[in-house]
Amino acid sequence: MIVHALLGALSPTGEAPALPLHTAGKYVAGAYVVLFALVLIYVAIMAIRLSRIEGELGELLSMSEHAAPSSPEGEGEPVEDHERESTLA
Amino acid sequence: MASRPVTYGRGLRTLSICTVVAMAVALGLVFFYAPLEAEQGFLQKIFYVHVPLAIVALCGFVLGGLLAIQHLRTREARWDYRSYVVIHMSLIFAVGTLITGSIWAKGSWGHWWVWSEPTLVSFLIVFLLYATYQPLRFAIEDPERQARYASVFAITAGAFVPLNFIAVRLSTAYLHPRVLGSTSNLPSSMALTFLVCVIAIALLFATLCKYELTAKHTRAQVRALRRRLAGEPAQSITRPRSAAPTLQPVASVPARATGRSAL
Amino acid sequence: MELRTLESVPGMSLFAVTTFVVFHFALNRNSVEGDLAAGILWVTLLFAAILGVNRLFVADAEEGGFDAFLLAPVDRSAMFLAKALTLLAYLVVLELVAVPAFALLLLGAPLGPALGGMILTLALGDVGVAVIGTLVAALAVQTRARDLLGPLLALPLLVPIVIGGARALAPLLVQAHRAAPAARWLLTLGLYDLVFGLIAYAVFDFLLED
Repeated sequence: MIVHALLGALSPTGEAPALPLHTAGKYVAGAYVVLFALVLIYVAIMAIRLSRIEGELGELLSMSEHAAPSSPEGEGEPVEDHERESTLA
Repeated sequence: MASRPVTYGRGLRTLSICTVVAMAVALGLVFFYAPLEAEQGFLQKIFYVHVPLAIVALCGFVLGGLLAIQHLRTREARWDYRSYVVIHMSLIFAVGTLITGSIWAKGSWGHWWVWSEPTLVSFLIVFLLYATYQPLRFAIEDPERQARYASVFAITAGAFVPLNFIAVRLSTAYLHPRVLGSTSNLPSSMALTFLVCVIAIALLFATLCKYELTAKHTRAQVRALRRRLAGEPAQSITRPRSAAPTLQPVASVPARATGRSAL
Repeated sequence: MELRTLESVPGMSLFAVTTFVVFHFALNRNSVEGDLAAGILWVTLLFAAILGVNRLFVADAEEGGFDAFLLAPVDRSAMFLAKALTLLAYLVVLELVAVPAFALLLLGAPLGPALGGMILTLALGDVGVAVIGTLVAALAVQTRARDLLGPLLALPLLVPIVIGGARALAPLLVQAHRAAPAARWLLTLGLYDLVFGLIAYAVFDFLLED
């Protein structure tokens, strides 16, 4: 405790002892992996949501075709392209 | 309400490319440019991910409060949407701060938690507070009231964050010196690396928020389309959904109208 | 309105005294001083306050007191002031019982010389608890899980008050080397009270709309 206090008094930036690379490396890697993992988990959640939305939209498209059976097949495609474009913009 | 439909996804691609570039540059700087710190050696590199996360999370919470003020002033739902997403994302970043700070503490001291590090302690308190944000929202069924109360909470909590930080900092100052090192008197190469890291994490935050907003909005639009096709009357789609069962679409609109005229 | 809340004071005083007894057994101490004493006192007051806060709005929400108030031509923020003052009065009365009980049961140092500083610290802390308590109670009363959400919301917001209050009281409650509370903690308490008082006052309107 006294040694730590002395180190603290002498050093300006903090009193943690310097660790050699091979032991410190684990912790540093761990910290960066945490960040990476958070982002990846988020991407995964988004992927699940996206596929669910795609499924729902497919359902809705078939629902709309049943609701208005007189509309020709050609009208379906411009609608689809427009949707795809807006999500990429 | 806005005259043209609100889209959240515009500019998302540019933003995400900027984020990737910034993070790549930041990582490069951290591991190939910034010098090894004298006291903590290689372990100090955690500083470049822990502190930017902390700063961005804190700013995010305050931003959530500011967006909530805007919501209460204009009563436009899109501010509430943004406030909700920003606070949610800041909470996730706060968890990241706590975990990386804990790893740093373990590496420095051998303990997973240190009470003498004011950043960690005040983040724990802030985390505990904002963890109640979603339960609060979902416990209120009426969507308009839910948004209003959530905004009140966001403003209160947003003001709380800096005050809490100051209070905790004051309480630990006299007991122990900072365990995890202070950010003052950094050599310029470290300072540059740190700055780039903060920018990178901030861009990441912005990208993820925009991503989340777009996804939520898209899902709401799909739901509205489904209702339209099923022949049900329209319902406002611009509020975040609560886990509680929503009011019947027919009843909700006239109820709100009479509520306002009675006052 | 106000009197109903004050009805719970005897119960809450009993709760405070019982809590002191529990602390005696939990800590296995006959008397406490300094930091420990300050901490125990504040924690007990805080929990008693939280238990009392829940009742602050419940009666109004259930009996429709809100609507009656809204129809009257009164500034809605006045309701906030009324509720906060009620809570403050409740806390003061509670302390009138709890502090002597504490001095009797657990405190190792004589209370007399500490009284002035203690009153000041408790007053500042109480204002903060009253402000936060009223705001949180208003938020939580409309939710479904109000008994749980109230304390859950209030405790983190009350932490700076505990920090300031306990640090301020600690030097007062010692036998030897008794000192006045450090100005910084009183300032912290005062600043916190001011900021949150203003915010709660400004924001309360939005909670009452219906």
